Amino acid sequence: MSSAIRIEQVSKRFGSVQALDGVELEIAQGEFFGLLGPNGAGKTTLISALAGLVRPDSGRLRVMGKDVQADYRAARRQLGVVPQELVFDPFFSVRESLQIQSGYFGIADNEAWIDEILENLGLTSKADANMRMLSGGMKRRVLVAQALVHRPPVIVLDEPTAGVDVELRQTLWAFIRRLNQAGHTIVLTTHYLEEAEMLCNRIAMLKAGRIVALDTTGNLLRRFSTHSLRLRTDRKMPAELLAGGTESGGWWSLPFDTFDQVEGLLARVRTAGCGISDLEIGKPDLEEVFVRVMQGQQAGQG
Amino acid sequence: MRGGFSTLLYKEVLRFWKVAAQTVAAPVLTALLYLLIFSHVLEGHVKIHGVAYTAFLIPGLVIMSVLQNAFANSSSSLIQSKVTGNIVFVLLPPISYLEFFAAYVLAAVVRGCVVGGGVLLATLWFAPVSFAEPWWILIFAVLGGAILGSLGVIAGIWAEKFDQLAAFQNFLIMPLTFLSGVFYSVHSLPPFWQQLSHWNPIFYMIDGFRHGFFGVSDASPWLSLAVVGSCFAILTVFTLNLLKSGYKLRA
Ligand SMILES: Nc1ncnc2c1ncn2[C@@H]1O[C@H](COP(=O)(O)OP(=O)(O)OP(=O)(O)O)[C@@H](O)[C@H]1O
Ligand SMILES: [Mg+2]
Repeated sequence: MSSAIRIEQVSKRFGSVQALDGVELEIAQGEFFGLLGPNGAGKTTLISALAGLVRPDSGRLRVMGKDVQADYRAARRQLGVVPQELVFDPFFSVRESLQIQSGYFGIADNEAWIDEILENLGLTSKADANMRMLSGGMKRRVLVAQALVHRPPVIVLDEPTAGVDVELRQTLWAFIRRLNQAGHTIVLTTHYLEEAEMLCNRIAMLKAGRIVALDTTGNLLRRFSTHSLRLRTDRKMPAELLAGGTESGGWWSLPFDTFDQVEGLLARVRTAGCGISDLEIGKPDLEEVFVRVMQGQQAGQG
Repeated sequence: MRGGFSTLLYKEVLRFWKVAAQTVAAPVLTALLYLLIFSHVLEGHVKIHGVAYTAFLIPGLVIMSVLQNAFANSSSSLIQSKVTGNIVFVLLPPISYLEFFAAYVLAAVVRGCVVGGGVLLATLWFAPVSFAEPWWILIFAVLGGAILGSLGVIAGIWAEKFDQLAAFQNFLIMPLTFLSGVFYSVHSLPPFWQQLSHWNPIFYMIDGFRHGFFGVSDASPWLSLAVVGSCFAILTVFTLNLLKSGYKLRA
């Protein structure tokens, strides 16, 4: 079985900006993959290269085994892209847009599937509305729908939840998860890290055009973030206790690896004579991982 | 709708048809105004090829409308899509360069012929016009529309802003169409301008088109066909290569 996506040594330069710098990445079929990175990291450029909107200076990209340059027609049939920019054609209604998009992929009668997509994205009541009349979030939904008309095995969403309300986020993710369970490969970029943590089984972090971390979500969390005991105390804690700990906003944060260690930590706080006024357990989170990776702690493949 | 070409053609035709007041009715009205003014001033004073001036003018206005609207269709559609960003909708699907080119050019021909037909219908009342060799009418309308449609594709891809497109239109397309014998026979020009006109491909489109109506023209319609056909062949090769290179469409 070929990989859903295979990217080999892809580089792309825009003038003085090295947008992609030797990117190497393989995504298996059925994965729910997260592509994270700060603004300007190259996420959109990488997706555009995959979609044939950007031609890389060097390297090769394949979608479901099809080369995106040499075999572009086959590759594009395998791929559905939700672009980051909120674009629409003001001449057409929602349904017309979807019918036209189906036609571009050579699908003559797609009404049943179009209705299903509309339903799943909460667009049924807007089907005959002109694109101009829709709110920003509704336009975003149509963009998602347009990417799905040809039932692509690989679906790439470039910040699909930017500027979208809670309701759509939930319906969108429920729908995308169902597609993933039905075997579609999903690639997602987002700046909402809790979203990526919740959805993605594997994550790549991109910084200045390079992949600086690539691992399963679980491994990344374990490697860069730990559980911690977070407390507020009525007086300053002794220095030896704080070795390895951090303080912010009156909260002390003492990391630990296993839950048995919690008792010992608490006992030491008590023997030091500090009263605990507030306490919680901090879980590893992707935001912390992200910040650390971006600060330069490189993580290889694992 | 099946396949990239037929859908793209359908979409491009629907696009101008949905705003037919601007894209069809307005240019018909403009041509009608030209006819009223010029024929009022010149009718009775001028006869060309033995034809009364108003009758001579009608085919010129028709083909001028075909050419200008064919250019306007492909160029404005492409620049709008580029500026608004919805060009990605046609760049993401598996549409080949040839399908892309053929759909935009053919839609331009359709728009040109719809407007040209409208101008003909609206102006027929003003003077008796014959249809001596109608196949020439059809050939030059389609080929002329296709040439200007291709130029529109090139201009639409090249231009990044609407004013660049306007410059292309005002400094190239308009002078070439006006200086090509729409309002006069080039034989009535001084020799220098007559010579110059023979280097303007649009002169042959108009001359050949007019031949279809009156059976007489400044140049042989076969010569015109050779010139216009070669122009289209050259433009086709050029535009296809432009599209294949991804120039300004695929970074
Ligand atoms: N067409 C282009 N021309 C010139 N520079 C470009 C072009 N596209 C992208 N860039 C530059 O390439 C770099 C990567 O941009 P890209 O859009 O891929 O980032 P991103 O990771 O998607 O960021 P964001 O999170 O803001 O969407 C940026 O420095 C950007 O300015
Ligand atoms: Mg981006």
